[in-house]
Amino acid sequence: MLTSREKLDDRLPGAARAWLDEALAEAAHAAGRPDADTGNPPWELRFVSAGRHCGPEHADAVRVLLLVEARPALPAVTRLYEQGTAAERRAVLLALHRIEFGPAALGLVEDALRTNDTRLVAAAVGPYAAAHLDAHGWRHAVLKCLFTEVPVEAVDRLADRARGDAELARMLEDFAAERTAAGRTVPADLRTVLALTAAPAPAPTEES
Amino acid sequence: MRIFDPHIHMTSRTTDDYQAMYDAGVRALVEPSFWLGQPRTSPASFFDYFDALLGWEPFRASQYGIAHHCTLALNPKEANDPRCTPVLDALPRYLVKDSVVAVGEIGYDSMTPAEDTALATQLQLAADHGLPALVHTPHRDKLAGLRRTIDVVRESSLAPERVLLDHLNETTVRDALDSGCWAGFSIYPDTKMDEDRMVTVLRNHGTDRILVNSAADWGRSDPLKTRKVADTMLKAGFDEDDVDQVLWRNPVAFYGQSGRLQLDPTAPGPLHEGNSILRGGE
Ligand SMILES: [Zn+2]
Repeated sequence: MLTSREKLDDRLPGAARAWLDEALAEAAHAAGRPDADTGNPPWELRFVSAGRHCGPEHADAVRVLLLVEARPALPAVTRLYEQGTAAERRAVLLALHRIEFGPAALGLVEDALRTNDTRLVAAAVGPYAAAHLDAHGWRHAVLKCLFTEVPVEAVDRLADRARGDAELARMLEDFAAERTAAGRTVPADLRTVLALTAAPAPAPTEES
Repeated sequence: MRIFDPHIHMTSRTTDDYQAMYDAGVRALVEPSFWLGQPRTSPASFFDYFDALLGWEPFRASQYGIAHHCTLALNPKEANDPRCTPVLDALPRYLVKDSVVAVGEIGYDSMTPAEDTALATQLQLAADHGLPALVHTPHRDKLAGLRRTIDVVRESSLAPERVLLDHLNETTVRDALDSGCWAGFSIYPDTKMDEDRMVTVLRNHGTDRILVNSAADWGRSDPLKTRKVADTMLKAGFDEDDVDQVLWRNPVAFYGQSGRLQLDPTAPGPLHEGNSILRGGE
């Protein structure tokens, strides 16, 4: 989904490519010294200004590459999120599953799911949420997507987690009934997810 | 007709305003940080406000096809409150953000020593960050305030062509243009400045380095004043190119000095076509 380093190299003009090379070198340098987090390491300024150097259409991909390269510890990644613009926060969310945090960074996902910014909501329901959100939080995340019209394709491992989820099915049916009572159409995505819940549950292996 | 409103406080406006602005031709705007009507008592309130100007408000604007940028600063009124002045220390981490296109609104309110300090400090911050500055001129004692503002700009390391002096009128336009700064006019529904007088100013002073804005906020104001000036210009004999210069190319040239203008509001990727301002979980 995110543009790879190779594709970025093809698409970025020369000056931006050189900028990205330097930025990644700075990020790699920071990764060598975990949490010497005094002042802001230079790669963080690259993270912040990626949009204007590489173009807004590549900002997500470039920021995620920088995060993966720098592998910031949880306090640093939390600070980057909290002090970030919406675009920077989205990049943090998109990178979470590619840095080793375990469930410790879940608070950032929950923060994003409380917003009504669909760019953040969509980024919050990726692989990290699929791995770590508990059943209640995950069901509400799916419902939030339906409410804010974030396409449910954004929800990672949707079929896996929805399968056999009777409680999710109940919530979806209640929501559909509410929409119908109001004379409003039921979103097509709701039917899609409802159909997924009807599949039989797999043998228990996953679910933390 | 394409319109760039270089000064409007959308935080205080509704989504109906965004729709009406789009319908009137507004495709880009700059929202300067300013006073919210209710005084703030801690820097944290400013930070939440700045975060909104870098997050939620651009999102709202994008839903209506309008590119949103902002200017950040400690405003002159609250620069007088020592509980708020630590905002100055935190500004550097905000001024590096992609959609910040100037430092502002700065300037004078009551012309106090605290305002002197905040103005000089923030002009220097603008120079340090490669940003232009949006400088508000006071509503009371305007001509004296303008002249003092121009003196401070001259003493700063910011070149005058990187400064926009705003809220000008017939009595201050000459000094402002002679200083080498850009000249901004806020068009209000009351008597401060209206579209007919604006057209007279344009006739007398030309269309170079002049910007027109609605400065719409929580007070009596009209977010469509930019369009009304454009219509009044056409009626008065200016041509489409003059209108485009004042209402699009001039603001693009001024804020473009930041190197950070992104005028294509369709930037977000395939996941982000989800639409309007829906109240999830309601
Ligand atoms: Zn203002």
